[in-house]
Amino acid sequence: MQLLFFLILAAAAIAGALGVVVSKKPVYSALSLLVNFAVAAVLFITLQAQFVAVVQIIVYAGAIVVLFLFVIMLIGGDLPGVAVRPRARAVAAVAALVAGVLALAGLGYALVAGSPAATSGAVPGNGSVQAIGEALFTTYLLPFELASVLLLVAMIGAVALARKDST
Amino acid sequence: MSQVPTEYYLILSAIIFVIGALGVLMRRNALIIFMCVEMMLNAVNLSLIALAREFGQLTGQIVVFFVMAVAAAEVAVGLAILIAYVRHRDTIDIDEINLLRG
Repeated sequence: MQLLFFLILAAAAIAGALGVVVSKKPVYSALSLLVNFAVAAVLFITLQAQFVAVVQIIVYAGAIVVLFLFVIMLIGGDLPGVAVRPRARAVAAVAALVAGVLALAGLGYALVAGSPAATSGAVPGNGSVQAIGEALFTTYLLPFELASVLLLVAMIGAVALARKDST
Repeated sequence: MSQVPTEYYLILSAIIFVIGALGVLMRRNALIIFMCVEMMLNAVNLSLIALAREFGQLTGQIVVFFVMAVAAAEVAVGLAILIAYVRHRDTIDIDEINLLRG
């Protein structure tokens, strides 16, 4: 039952990912990206990561995809002519094939060899807000503060870059 | 309770990552390349969370939290650069973007 649910979700995630790459229009790509992110959020819930799933919806599906849609709206986003670089296509296909085979081979080897100390236990607190918050404000306090500074710098930088008279 | 093996999640993550890499290599539209990069980051997040469950620790989820913060910053700055470039040159075709070429 759980496996069936996972397989349906996996198919949806891969379909969304393919949609991003294949779509002719950037708007369709952005919507496929939204599908991919939403399915990923559901997968996070099945992996006992409630807080991260909610943040995934808010940050990725909410903020990032909407930002992409705004930019598509601003600059049109449509590219006349071929959507795919003609010469790079074969190279990219070979490179992706090699990468995929390597990744699957590595995973297969790990499957055969057996993963080290696979406890397969429960995540503390089921990944709830309380558990994550306690870890963030004690062990990971410095990275947390640095992340806030990073976001502030990015915000100022984005405003400075996108202003009309800056270029 | 029988749960889905972690390896399945890792394989799904690898597949999505490779699709994203394919998009980065093949597409010419800078916006879509950006989306593919986001998708690759998300695939890595999926594997991190799967491994967090595998080892019964919270660290993987914390790392995903920081990856999301950095991804949000990256998207904001990247799209701002893209808008500035479009205003300057009126194209987002990465084969045409060669302002820094000597």
